[in-house]
Amino acid sequence: METIQQDIPQTKADDEEVNNFLSGERPAVTQAVLYLDGVSVSFDGFKAIRNLSLYLEPGEMRAIIGPNGAGKTTMMDIITGKTRPDEGEVLFDHGRHDLTQLDETAIANLGIGRKFQKPTVFESHTVADNILLALKGPRGPFACLYGWRNNVPAEKIDEILTTTGLLEHRNRMAGEISHGQKQWLEIGMLLAQDPAVLLVDEPVAGMTDAETVQTADLLRSIARNHAVVVVEHDMDFVRALNCKVTCLHEGSVLAEGPLDAVAGDQRVIEVYLGR
Amino acid sequence: MITKYLISRHDKAGIVFLTIVGLMAVLAPLSNLLLPESSPLHVPTYVLALLGKYLCYATLAVALDLVWGYCGILSLGHGAFFALGGYAMGMYLMRQIGTRGVYGNPVLPDFMVFLNWKELPWFWYGFDMFPFSLLMMVAVPGLLAFVFGWLAFRSRVTGVYLSIITQALTYALLLAFFRNDMGFGGNNGLTDFKDILGFNIQADGTRATLFFLSAILLIAVYLISRWIVHTSYGKVLVAVRDAEARARFLGYRTEHYKLFVFTVSAMMAGLAGALYVPQVGIINPSEFAPANSIEAVVWVAVGGRGTLVGAALGAFAVNFMKTFFTTGALAAYWLFLLGGLFILVTLVMPKGILGLFGSMSAKLRKPGSSQPAALQPAE
Repeated sequence: METIQQDIPQTKADDEEVNNFLSGERPAVTQAVLYLDGVSVSFDGFKAIRNLSLYLEPGEMRAIIGPNGAGKTTMMDIITGKTRPDEGEVLFDHGRHDLTQLDETAIANLGIGRKFQKPTVFESHTVADNILLALKGPRGPFACLYGWRNNVPAEKIDEILTTTGLLEHRNRMAGEISHGQKQWLEIGMLLAQDPAVLLVDEPVAGMTDAETVQTADLLRSIARNHAVVVVEHDMDFVRALNCKVTCLHEGSVLAEGPLDAVAGDQRVIEVYLGR
Repeated sequence: MITKYLISRHDKAGIVFLTIVGLMAVLAPLSNLLLPESSPLHVPTYVLALLGKYLCYATLAVALDLVWGYCGILSLGHGAFFALGGYAMGMYLMRQIGTRGVYGNPVLPDFMVFLNWKELPWFWYGFDMFPFSLLMMVAVPGLLAFVFGWLAFRSRVTGVYLSIITQALTYALLLAFFRNDMGFGGNNGLTDFKDILGFNIQADGTRATLFFLSAILLIAVYLISRWIVHTSYGKVLVAVRDAEARARFLGYRTEHYKLFVFTVSAMMAGLAGALYVPQVGIINPSEFAPANSIEAVVWVAVGGRGTLVGAALGAFAVNFMKTFFTTGALAAYWLFLLGGLFILVTLVMPKGILGLFGSMSAKLRKPGSSQPAALQPAE
């Protein structure tokens, strides 16, 4: 598959240019930390994703918008190995790994972390233990029985709790903290995992305006040394992220580029923003 | 590191539990052997046998709690591992009978002579040696659990479906062991044991020793389980129980975690069954009955799921009630009582007897507070 890509000039994706995918220009696979090309998947005849192409540079931040049913969450399911695509390429780390051949665990260990739409934390563990379980390190049964993870210094956990503003809640049960705090805890768990790519599904759902602003700051600081993909409906939040935006519709890319260009696109207004 | 852990960091319930079982292990056999029968502190042999049986049940309950309470694997077939360990012990005891059987055959157990078998089936080889038999008491349940678990967990069979196939597993074994040509004594099972390691199995000294060993096994199984659940391995188990998909997306190979703990638990259950058989004097296919495995689940639920101590407590409490009710006029209603108890516990005290103690002592310490005590099981 690399040979197909060889003759395409290695251009860096141009933020100014909207819809570069649709105009037929495909960036080289070797530049992308995450590379999706021609991906399709259908459930019982319903095409959830059709011919989707997306590519993400190392350290890039990307917001994904689009109406309900556009395939945003399904796309994340495909990247993280929960759903196998019917066709298409899903490559990670400059084309080194074919994600369609791996399961969730293997993909997570390669360095792709995910935050779910509904905050999913381990509710009967303390906040600190949630971070402990997420920390990057050996994850085999025996490593956990008498190895590394039993001797993690508290400072390492507290550092992440400080970043996510949860330090004072470190010994509370994760089931007891508020919805917004759970969202942050899950982002903290992603940080602890220290993946190359973070997939963040609706991080500000159910948050107050102040919390939303803090979350945007948090994600922007994470994006300084990780590639981040954020799915979100809240346009103010997307604006605060100040990054390249991809609009999905009916399972494929409708428009891509800076927020203002995408938001000004006639088709985007028609199917998404105008409603 | 492990030894340091074993002598430190025990919660109150754990210390009380270890003290009681430890005292029981020493005092009950000594009282049975040394005190005269007229003494009010004398423990009669039948009580010792009964308590020994309870100790084995409690061990099974702790093993079950390890997989159900902490990892969310509701096994409705743990009785199968218990019975397999029991059969391994039974086979050893059968080989010890030698020429003292009804037919006096030095090699073949009576039921084989009766069935007109000419030679020992291959799977009975080696059971005349105790070390080999001991290995089999652990290895056979462990291997079955490993193969079964590998297939089930790899295919991501969870929840009620897993419970149903564990139930089917024990039922299939029940049917298989009923067959005479399986070579395990069919319907009658294995019985009429004479010696264990050269000691008369009926002798008071042997019974006392078996009782002592049962108590030691319970303590050992408790300590091992407690060690497992207090490492970060145990934290991963709880994570798998509460949000398995999340654990997978963090990079944990959850099926390996489940497989390991399921196999360890089956081995523990096998040893409990092995000590159970010489104390009750018989092992037959009815030990595989699905109802037995379900009863074990009731013990854990009644005592308090996810606490280990609660599981043992529940095994004692329910079996004491069973002994009490099935010997009186209420015998016919025992199963209704058991069912009622399970419903009552689930509805009124979801955290079991231990949870009840916990919330009572929390209330005493801090009036008006509904905060549960530290040793509460996680939901």
